[in-house]
Amino acid sequence: MQTVKMVITGPFNSGKTEFIQSVSEIDVVATERKISSEAEKIKDTTTVAMDFGRITVDQDLVLYLFGTPGQKRFDFMWEILSEGMLGFIVMVDSTRPETFREARSILETFRAYAPTPYVVTANKQDLDDAWDIEDMRIALRLDPKLKFLPCVATSKDSVKNVLLELLYSILAEMEAGT
Amino acid sequence: MALKGNLRDFSITQLLNLINLAHKTGTLAIEGPKDTAWVSFRKGKLAYSQMGRDDSHLASSHYRAKKISPSQHKMIRARAGGMSDKELGLLLVNANYITQEDILASLQAEFIGTIHRLFTWAEGRFGFENNVLPPNDKILLRINLENIIIEGSRQLREWEQLQDEIPSLDIALKFTDRPGTKLQNINLSVEEWRVAKYIDPKNSIRQIANTTKMNDLEIRRIVYSLLQAGLIEMVRQEGLEVKPRQIGLPTKDTAEQKSLVNRIIDRIRSI
Repeated sequence: MQTVKMVITGPFNSGKTEFIQSVSEIDVVATERKISSEAEKIKDTTTVAMDFGRITVDQDLVLYLFGTPGQKRFDFMWEILSEGMLGFIVMVDSTRPETFREARSILETFRAYAPTPYVVTANKQDLDDAWDIEDMRIALRLDPKLKFLPCVATSKDSVKNVLLELLYSILAEMEAGT
Repeated sequence: MALKGNLRDFSITQLLNLINLAHKTGTLAIEGPKDTAWVSFRKGKLAYSQMGRDDSHLASSHYRAKKISPSQHKMIRARAGGMSDKELGLLLVNANYITQEDILASLQAEFIGTIHRLFTWAEGRFGFENNVLPPNDKILLRINLENIIIEGSRQLREWEQLQDEIPSLDIALKFTDRPGTKLQNINLSVEEWRVAKYIDPKNSIRQIANTTKMNDLEIRRIVYSLLQAGLIEMVRQEGLEVKPRQIGLPTKDTAEQKSLVNRIIDRIRSI
């Protein structure tokens, strides 16, 4: 049995767990704990080690989706999770500009871990407070050529689109390398 | 789509940078703790501003700019009660009270002054309304934002924020290819010019800092200002060995790798 993995990263509450839940064939193995800090109490629980989802491709191949913990104090997990990944996805909450700087920092950290293909997604694009994707691109200082995709992590089709775009990038890299 | 938030999380210089780079037209409303400000832009240039409780009448702007005396101000306000700013401006110029240049200079000082006051606001809810501009009777200007952004960025002192903005000094810088932005038209400080002289994809920020004898904080602050003003961007340093892309696949054979990725693509499509 061959296995490959993709990593879903991003700031606290950017929607990583929901993203994996939308496409995983198993209930996501979550390592959530109640949030103790008042400042971060915009939700009840948060991922502290990793989220873990699975998609069986066929009888010889399984794709694992790993979600990183969003809170910075658990960032020691990031490097471990990024080892041997096929590619990674950085999720950004479109409604919380206060997290944009952290998202940029996470992106730079992951790029430094491994030069693998990646895409960035603007999650919660269905909400009224969501920033326009082109405004976010400037605020996040993303390269105009980088794939920056709108996303609604609770929608299976939206999540599929993001995963496919990352896979197309991986394929394009392979084509370019041959 | 919303462009909303709080200055606590997204500063006024970051907002101006966004408006400048996206060539936005519309009005930014900021509700501070004590006052509300409205700042309007046309194609990314400052067009108009109004601080909530300030009297925005053209005569009052000129009185504050000491272009007219208190008695002239009083008389104009009494006689030109229902007149629009444009009409009043024309009347004052024709009456040789002031020149057209005086009007533009006073308004420019007033509008930029509003932004300077906003730089001191640590928090305030903001919202940008696309394509909303002041009424037609107001005089709108076209003021480039780069200089204003640089001035605002110079006030950033927090080491932590600068570290987040510029996570590594081992990257290089290059000037952006933005038409219409000329470095000569920007009011750079002596230190900023010293750094600008060495901006080249061949030089890392660390090398520039060593050459100009600046410490980490000093170089980060200057690079941040130039970045915010949209004058430069961060790039990988030229001449460095590029690490080959690593794709975590259980086989080294390229044909097999492609087949594997295509199988995953087919599976995802079928979910």
